[in-house]
Amino acid sequence: MKPIATAFCIVVVGLLAMLVMKAGAIEAPVAAPGAVPAETDIDASVSRVNGWLRQHWSDENLEPAERADDLTVYRRLSLALHGTIPSLEEVVAFQADASNDRVERWLLKLVEDPRFSDYFADRLARVLTGVEEGQFVIFRRDRLRAWLGEQLRADVPWQNMTTDLIAGDGLWTSRPATNFITAASIAEEGIDVNVLAGRTSRAFLGQRIDCAQCHDHPFDSWKQQDFEGLAAFFGQARVTPGGVIDRFEEEDEETKEVKAIEYVIVDPGADEGRIVPTKVPFHEEWLPKTGSRRQQLASWVTHPENRRFERAAANRIWGLMFGRAWSDPVDDIAHPADSADNEDFLDVLGQEFRSNGGQLKFLIRLIAQSDVFRMKSEVSWADADLYSRMDEAWAVYPLVRLRPEQMIGAMFQAGHTRTVNHNSNMFVRFTKLFNENDFLKEYGDATDDELLQQSGTIPQALLRLNGQFTREFTKPGAFDAAGQILKFSGEDEVLVQNCFLACLTRLPEPEEREYFVAQLRERSSDAVETAEAEDEEPWSRAQVVQDLYWVLFNSPGFSWNR
Amino acid sequence: MQNTTQRGMDRRTALGVMAASGLSFSLPGMSAKAAGRRSNERPKTLITLWMNGGMSQLETWDPHSGSESGGDTQSIKTTQSGLEISDFLPQMAEQMHGVTLIRSLTSLEGDHARGAAYVKTGYRLEPTLVYPALGAIAAHQLPDPKVEIPQHVALGGDNAFPRGGYLGNEWDAFRVFEPGRSLTNLRANVSDARLNQRTKGLEVLAKQFANSRPTSAKNTLHGDTVERALKMMSSEQLKAFELDSVPKEVLSAYGDSRFGRGCLVARRLVEVGVRSIEVSLNGFDTHVNNHAGQKTQADILDPAFATLLTELRERDLLESTVVLCISEFGRSQEVNAAGGRDHWPNWFSCVVAGGGFRKGLVLGETPAAIIPKDTKVKPKPSSPMTIPQLYATIMHSMGIDWNEEIITPIGRPIRFADADPLPELLTDKLAAAVKV
Repeated sequence: MKPIATAFCIVVVGLLAMLVMKAGAIEAPVAAPGAVPAETDIDASVSRVNGWLRQHWSDENLEPAERADDLTVYRRLSLALHGTIPSLEEVVAFQADASNDRVERWLLKLVEDPRFSDYFADRLARVLTGVEEGQFVIFRRDRLRAWLGEQLRADVPWQNMTTDLIAGDGLWTSRPATNFITAASIAEEGIDVNVLAGRTSRAFLGQRIDCAQCHDHPFDSWKQQDFEGLAAFFGQARVTPGGVIDRFEEEDEETKEVKAIEYVIVDPGADEGRIVPTKVPFHEEWLPKTGSRRQQLASWVTHPENRRFERAAANRIWGLMFGRAWSDPVDDIAHPADSADNEDFLDVLGQEFRSNGGQLKFLIRLIAQSDVFRMKSEVSWADADLYSRMDEAWAVYPLVRLRPEQMIGAMFQAGHTRTVNHNSNMFVRFTKLFNENDFLKEYGDATDDELLQQSGTIPQALLRLNGQFTREFTKPGAFDAAGQILKFSGEDEVLVQNCFLACLTRLPEPEEREYFVAQLRERSSDAVETAEAEDEEPWSRAQVVQDLYWVLFNSPGFSWNR
Repeated sequence: MQNTTQRGMDRRTALGVMAASGLSFSLPGMSAKAAGRRSNERPKTLITLWMNGGMSQLETWDPHSGSESGGDTQSIKTTQSGLEISDFLPQMAEQMHGVTLIRSLTSLEGDHARGAAYVKTGYRLEPTLVYPALGAIAAHQLPDPKVEIPQHVALGGDNAFPRGGYLGNEWDAFRVFEPGRSLTNLRANVSDARLNQRTKGLEVLAKQFANSRPTSAKNTLHGDTVERALKMMSSEQLKAFELDSVPKEVLSAYGDSRFGRGCLVARRLVEVGVRSIEVSLNGFDTHVNNHAGQKTQADILDPAFATLLTELRERDLLESTVVLCISEFGRSQEVNAAGGRDHWPNWFSCVVAGGGFRKGLVLGETPAAIIPKDTKVKPKPSSPMTIPQLYATIMHSMGIDWNEEIITPIGRPIRFADADPLPELLTDKLAAAVKV
């Protein structure tokens, strides 16, 4: 090797060593109390929310699960807010932070990280516009996502975002909220107002009114008339070259007569259509008298007394945080309580959210500080029946399968000791994007109903067992996490521990540590240090570490949020 | 009535899931005797040939040569007296006496995604519920515990593969993108000894995970799924996917194409006992230069479809296999300025062979004259048939209760097919058994 190449290698290895050893150098949140925002209302809100929960468990005669350790909570937060597990670098820094309120401070750090607004914007975009590609040119998912991200960073209240989405005018590029409207546009047919009526009631009011499109709701009070009346609010919206606008009148092609635009439905078999006036399904008095139809609808949806609005947000964000909505399905929730005595959990959570300004970050922090988010998913005293009852009553942290993008996010991060974020080099970020898309194609992206609880499939298991992503991210090469951990951990106990922290964000249990340390000592030979060595015993240490990484990737604790 | 509420699988569902992938830990692989069962003894199987993009009925099964809408397509006589099809399909012309041809399928969906969703499931796309594809229902309703490989397979398709919908994603089709070429992710990357060592390590972690979570194994099915995946990796039945040992003459009879290989693999999967197989042929969306585009596609379809029917018949498997050739919609009567035909859901054709469908039957007739664009009432063919009617008929022929109601995850009871079967499409014995 030429001297310059040797020198280069030394520098690279040195840098890597610094990365692993000094992982604690990652920026820890500023020490308390400076980092905690001035508003202290959240503590009162947390205590009211937890008060309701505790009363609920006591009414159900249930002892809730014990509190989870901080690392477990940190992993949950990272998955919910960044769509990935923490890096080994972050875990080491978190562990080095010995203060009592570290989880609260790291929670604030997580929601201020650009990874939060990027990831949450993507999830909100799915709620608002589904997963279909939409019409070319006039639907710009990327712009909608970027706009949602900006709104989250600026902490714009949900009611303001909702108003922009429902009633916004302008181009899908410069006024990206209008993509909510153009997403429902069909080539040559224009805007599908039924889709918009359905999405508006599901996304903002938590009501599945869609089935009333064809018949009255089978179990609820929604009538077909309600659906049509709601759809009529979008009846004047038009997609023009200048953007989305509302048109109040237009010229008849034949008679040249200028007529008011009405929403007309032609019933099957009928020759003539009938004019459908705008109509809201309840509390007509909340409708303002002025403004475009969409503006009127937006005011009604976000009206301060429309408690369905805050309940829907509370249930949705709860669902995005846990992977399971408080009330399932997420968009078909009960009516608000008629008196303070029989308020349910969504009433309480929703009111805390609304009365504190309606910012999603506040709601996210409130949920993240609730007792449910901090509990263990294990209960040492429960049999299957009791555990199921506790699970039903949210008295134990629910086990939820990682979503596809969390899965690849976690695999990618576990394959790197350093945090993969906006500061990563272009190569790493590109590789991540590439890997993500390929993985989602094979693993199957979630459909619209992303909170539907499903078990994993065999093709997914096969992809984890034998797929190229597993092969790549378990490789013990010089630039891979497994290789760096092998090289720099020293003691076998530390090596096993670092692998567990990098993949599962937890320490190994004694029997796990013992088993894998024994593997390293008994089954490997120090002589061969590469993964490409003969595939026969004794295996090289690199092979044993690769196998440990493989085991961690395929273990239930990797695929399930716990 | 069955229940498919997703959370917390009960034992019945769990057993169903195991049956879905065809794995049973106590049963041996398919015995020679079982594989040897033929015709009526065998449970029915479904092969769907999916013509992706919108096959033109006018260039295939329903030409109107010489008429206003017929374009340049010529028709040829077939083995069914009085029936003519496009000259693009000479080999299938020799098969028409043995199949049912439906020229009057109707749909309301003229968009690819919506059209495909409707034709794959028999239900229109809904935002709050994903319906299962016909193939998923067949696999769900007719499980075979002796099959170790997936019971629902999609060959050569793209992302719009048949889904399990409200039955659960374990009923999604197992996708093979390059049939006969490679099976992705089914081979371990390490020696058996290392794989064995790895799975032991997995047990250590699985045990820790189950600790103090008494319902986790049942609710997550993680261990089961991994075990079944490992079992599949070592199954002899995987050979059905491989074409290395197939004689060259057979391969070339199917045509040297991805679709042809898919049809051949489909035949081999039928022999192993796989319940439903979809083989996709992409490229029918001919908005430009329709005539040449449909010819290219027909050249691929014709030998593969004809050879598939011949080989199934030779093996006495055709009467126990429904072979359906269908598309998301048809193509317009008028040829556009670019020489293409656009989407046309008002009528389109499909062919159904085997499985108790009548031989030599033609249902429906379509107008040859171009319907003026400003016609207010949507035009219809004679004897119009909906997709739900077709699927109810196929389910009946396969021994599936089309009327069975499932409680879906949103709490709404929904029957497998929202229509009754059409007895006139079926052989007398099956037709007599239709209870409406």
